Amino acid sequence: MYAALWRSLPGPVWLRLLILIVLVAAVLTALALWVFPWIDSLIAPLEVTVEE
Amino acid sequence: MGASGTRGGSGDRRTTLLGVLGELLVTAGVLVLLFIAWQLWFNDVIATSTQTDAAASLSETWLERTAPESPAPDGSAGATPQLTHEPVVMATPERNETWGVLFVPRWGADYARPVAEGTALRPVLNEIGIGHYVETQLPGEVGNVALAAHRNAYGAPFGGVPDLRVGDAIVLQTADGWYTYRFRNLEYVKPSGVGVLNPVPQSPRAAGADERYITLTTCNPLYSVAERVAAYGVFESFHPTAGGPPASLAAPEEPAASGPSAAASAASFSPGSVSAHSGGR
Repeated sequence: MYAALWRSLPGPVWLRLLILIVLVAAVLTALALWVFPWIDSLIAPLEVTVEE
Repeated sequence: MGASGTRGGSGDRRTTLLGVLGELLVTAGVLVLLFIAWQLWFNDVIATSTQTDAAASLSETWLERTAPESPAPDGSAGATPQLTHEPVVMATPERNETWGVLFVPRWGADYARPVAEGTALRPVLNEIGIGHYVETQLPGEVGNVALAAHRNAYGAPFGGVPDLRVGDAIVLQTADGWYTYRFRNLEYVKPSGVGVLNPVPQSPRAAGADERYITLTTCNPLYSVAERVAAYGVFESFHPTAGGPPASLAAPEEPAASGPSAAASAASFSPGSVSAHSGGR
């Protein structure tokens, strides 16, 4: 899967690395801004209140 | 191992089903670790700064709004040294409305967090910062002002609760002024221990109160929701906004000085029915 991704990238190794870094950064940003907050709203909350 | 076997000796790196499955599982593992890092570190740092900025600007707004109302260039010198002010009882706020800012000098000179009405996870506890239990009293009222906040993640406004020492200032600012409480003790209770919210904590609700308390509740132990820890403070003084910030906002004394004085102030507090666990681990 990742090997196929690597082979599909164009250019020499340094360009492939650059593209890969940009891709990883984009994925991490999307995770931090949208995906993780959404998952956080689904999982069991950290309860801090006393309730009956 | 199975994947490498199918590749054979040739340089042809074919994508195998098992190989894809393995990579997906590794990816899933990395994602879970990333989520934990996001929740405990990244989001915590972001929330801390958001909450601190919101609290500082709110506090600033109240100061600026009140400043023009007290011109008295000459008369102020004689009027301000008034030592006791009857605390102002604030009007009942709307749900989720931010109405206060909490300062605890023990938790750092820049510690300031917004206090909003109600203890809903969203938006209050997970975003705004500190929540006020709607069924408890408001600042200035005789009785108990009970607050809740996270101890870890989401900015962790109450992360420092176990570090409190007897006599530490807990200062709640509203549009009216500063309400200074002095930390008295910690108590560890079950999640159902609603007695900590009573007008006099852990005393019968019907008995009423003749003093003012503040109660900070958060989860215990750290990273767990098995118990709750409550930190109690006893009301000391009220300073109206026009008079400027109180001295209680100054940094706490160093530990060397607080040893004997802490013991003395502990003895002077009203006993109540709450067991003392000050100090902690």
